[in-house]
Amino acid sequence: MHLSETVNTGFYFLAPWLVLAPVAGLLINAVFGRQLSEKMIGAVASLASGAAFVVSVLLAYSVWISHGHPVSVPFAEWIHIGDLKLDWTFRVDSLSTTMMLVVSGVGTLIHIYAIGYMHEDVRFKRQEGRFARFFVYLNLFIAAMMILVSGDSYLMLFVGWEGVGLCSFLLIGFWFEMDTLARPSWANSDAAKKAFITNRVGDFGFLIAGFLMFWYLGNSFQFDKVFEAAPAVAEATPWVVVAITLFMLLGVAGKSAQIPLYIWLPDAMAGPTPVSALIHAATMVTAGVYLVARSAPIYTLVPQAQYIVAMVGAGTALFAATIAVGQYDIKKVLAYSTISQLGFMVAAVGMGAFVAGMFHLVTHAFFKALLFLSAGSVILGLERGHHAHGHHGHGDGHSLRGKRKEGRTHGGHEDHGEVFDPGDMRNMGGLRKTMPVTFWLYMIGTLALAGIFPFAGFWSKDEILVDASLHYPSVYWQLTVAAFFTAFYMGRQVWMVFFGEARSDAAKSAQESPKVMTLPLVVLAVLSVVGGALNIPSIKEIGLKGPHQLTHWLSYTLGEVESLPLNLGVAGISTALALLAIFISWLIYGRNPLKTGQVDPLKRPLGFIFTGMENKWFVDEGYGVLIITPFRRISQFLADVIDWRFWHDFVHDTVIAGTYNWLSRIVLDRYADQKGIDTFFNSWGSFTQWLSGNVRQIQNGFVRSYALSVLLGVVLILGYLILK
Amino acid sequence: MVPVDYYIALSAILFTIGALGVLSRRNPLIIFMSIELMLNAANLAFVAFARVYQTFSGQIFVFFVIAVAAAEVAVGLALIVEIFKTRKNINIDEMNSLKG
Repeated sequence: MHLSETVNTGFYFLAPWLVLAPVAGLLINAVFGRQLSEKMIGAVASLASGAAFVVSVLLAYSVWISHGHPVSVPFAEWIHIGDLKLDWTFRVDSLSTTMMLVVSGVGTLIHIYAIGYMHEDVRFKRQEGRFARFFVYLNLFIAAMMILVSGDSYLMLFVGWEGVGLCSFLLIGFWFEMDTLARPSWANSDAAKKAFITNRVGDFGFLIAGFLMFWYLGNSFQFDKVFEAAPAVAEATPWVVVAITLFMLLGVAGKSAQIPLYIWLPDAMAGPTPVSALIHAATMVTAGVYLVARSAPIYTLVPQAQYIVAMVGAGTALFAATIAVGQYDIKKVLAYSTISQLGFMVAAVGMGAFVAGMFHLVTHAFFKALLFLSAGSVILGLERGHHAHGHHGHGDGHSLRGKRKEGRTHGGHEDHGEVFDPGDMRNMGGLRKTMPVTFWLYMIGTLALAGIFPFAGFWSKDEILVDASLHYPSVYWQLTVAAFFTAFYMGRQVWMVFFGEARSDAAKSAQESPKVMTLPLVVLAVLSVVGGALNIPSIKEIGLKGPHQLTHWLSYTLGEVESLPLNLGVAGISTALALLAIFISWLIYGRNPLKTGQVDPLKRPLGFIFTGMENKWFVDEGYGVLIITPFRRISQFLADVIDWRFWHDFVHDTVIAGTYNWLSRIVLDRYADQKGIDTFFNSWGSFTQWLSGNVRQIQNGFVRSYALSVLLGVVLILGYLILK
Repeated sequence: MVPVDYYIALSAILFTIGALGVLSRRNPLIIFMSIELMLNAANLAFVAFARVYQTFSGQIFVFFVIAVAAAEVAVGLALIVEIFKTRKNINIDEMNSLKG
């Protein structure tokens, strides 16, 4: 077969180690986690992830030397029913290796960062025993994500899809018995459940899409077979393909946090910051983008669906960007920013600009991971400052156990009048001086996200905007406005966090993070700066013929893709808008830094608009009124009226138990048992008594009468014998 | 020679007398004697048939019967003595402690 000879010329046989390496890491940590030191645990987990990265690099190299020839590496038989064969096969091509590189590369850096971050986090929360568990989950995530991106069928993709959903749930609820301020509460586990349940709605869409696909497109889940069957079906019954793509869009909306299912992602910030960076910014949430890009041959068949996808993405990009403007939590701003940037990607892949979408996915993974991890560094810096400064004031305010005890005796932590929130930007300010390394890293991430030349975000965002300006003007305008807001809220954040005066004692005595945390950030920062070089476009105006490396690379998988040159107009407008936005944000937040306790200066001029932004446009409340309350009412009705009163009280208690009781008491007990069976046996008893009473008369005790009986008996027997 | 029928008849008569004695008399000593009478009636029949069939087994049987009867009388008389000692009376009609 063709396969075997290609396998011989590359490193394809290593593909299963993408999954096996992290699984080995998680097994080691799960079994020996209690015995190992924190450094060992972190090293094992990082090495496991790093091994996956090495494998990814080797696979990408193999694809490169074979000129992008896609290879399927069979690994395990899974389900064989008659002719139906569903196997676990790895698909190695340029698209999947791109994802593998991002996932394992960024993942490894975040693993290393997490060694430092979790070291302190578990101590602030007084739960040192959970250190190993965190890395077990993290490795499990890498394994699941690898299954997702390396599967050669929608089924394996779905296995990974669910796996990362599980890891997301586990990690959002990592501090499940406290809220983000470490007070005893179920807020974090509620956030985890919200993420899981919202994703379930999306997964329902994915499942329906999968079923339809299996039924109508070639009775297979395999990418190649589905794509082969799709064009004929699109010709004959286009609604099928439209339905598949739109149901798939629902799955994408769930996993990649798009309207209407994005609501879980901001709450997911309850997880430790490395989780927010790895899962909820860089990798898992981009799975939806990958899914659309992977399904490119289906999506391109139905322009109507593509248009809807693009509109959803663009709408999300703009909508989430406006909410980010009104947030105060450093991670919440980044969360809405992530939703917004995912909107860019979804819009891109919706428009058919798959390369632009994937390009933005890669660069976004760099700079958003950088931003999140830097934000984690800021939060820990404040936490350190808080502890260094206020050790006597707050006691062991961050000990959960201590607080519970305290809560019983004198009313808990809240009685102290304030709970220090190290993630609230209103508590920050002036961190430029106390945390210089983090500050510079954050600046790089900010400029990359805002799309300032020549940082990575500029190139990838611009590619999307160019494509949109050519094909979908409405998407273009929405994305451009979103880009303006992006630069604005990032500017606001930087001014609030790093400039001005410290607005809390903790911010005043904040401390820089250790090297184990900052070094991975430096790597990410470098990537955020030079990431744009992955896909250098042509610039006609100066006669530059760009190599379009990523376009070329992905065209191995996606087919020939149009490589658009840089449009100086589009790039100029977006850069100008970004600079303008940063300037405006300086006017508002930079020139007159926020004072302690001051209301956001935007609140007065914008009025209710800012209130909307602050409160996420009341979407959660709207869902509460529209879906959750009716849902609860229906469940209440079903539980109370249908199940309890009708089913339990009436059907079971009255009808079934009542009939049974009546039957047993009246019919069986009184008539059958008492009258029938009892009478019969009692009669036998009294008959026997009567008989024995009579018979005992014979036994009178006189030997002579016995002798007479014997004689008579003998006479009778003899008489019978003689007369016979 | 006396025919065997006569012996049998005599044996039957003796046995009947013995049986009637056992059933009708009230004195246990008389009853014992009647029992002896019945045993000897049987013995008579044994020897009569032994003679008819010219074999010794009947005669040997009689020896056993005489031995058993002697033992029986010894036990029986001892019982009667004991009963008399306890009840001062050996009237057979008053001995019904076997009554069920």
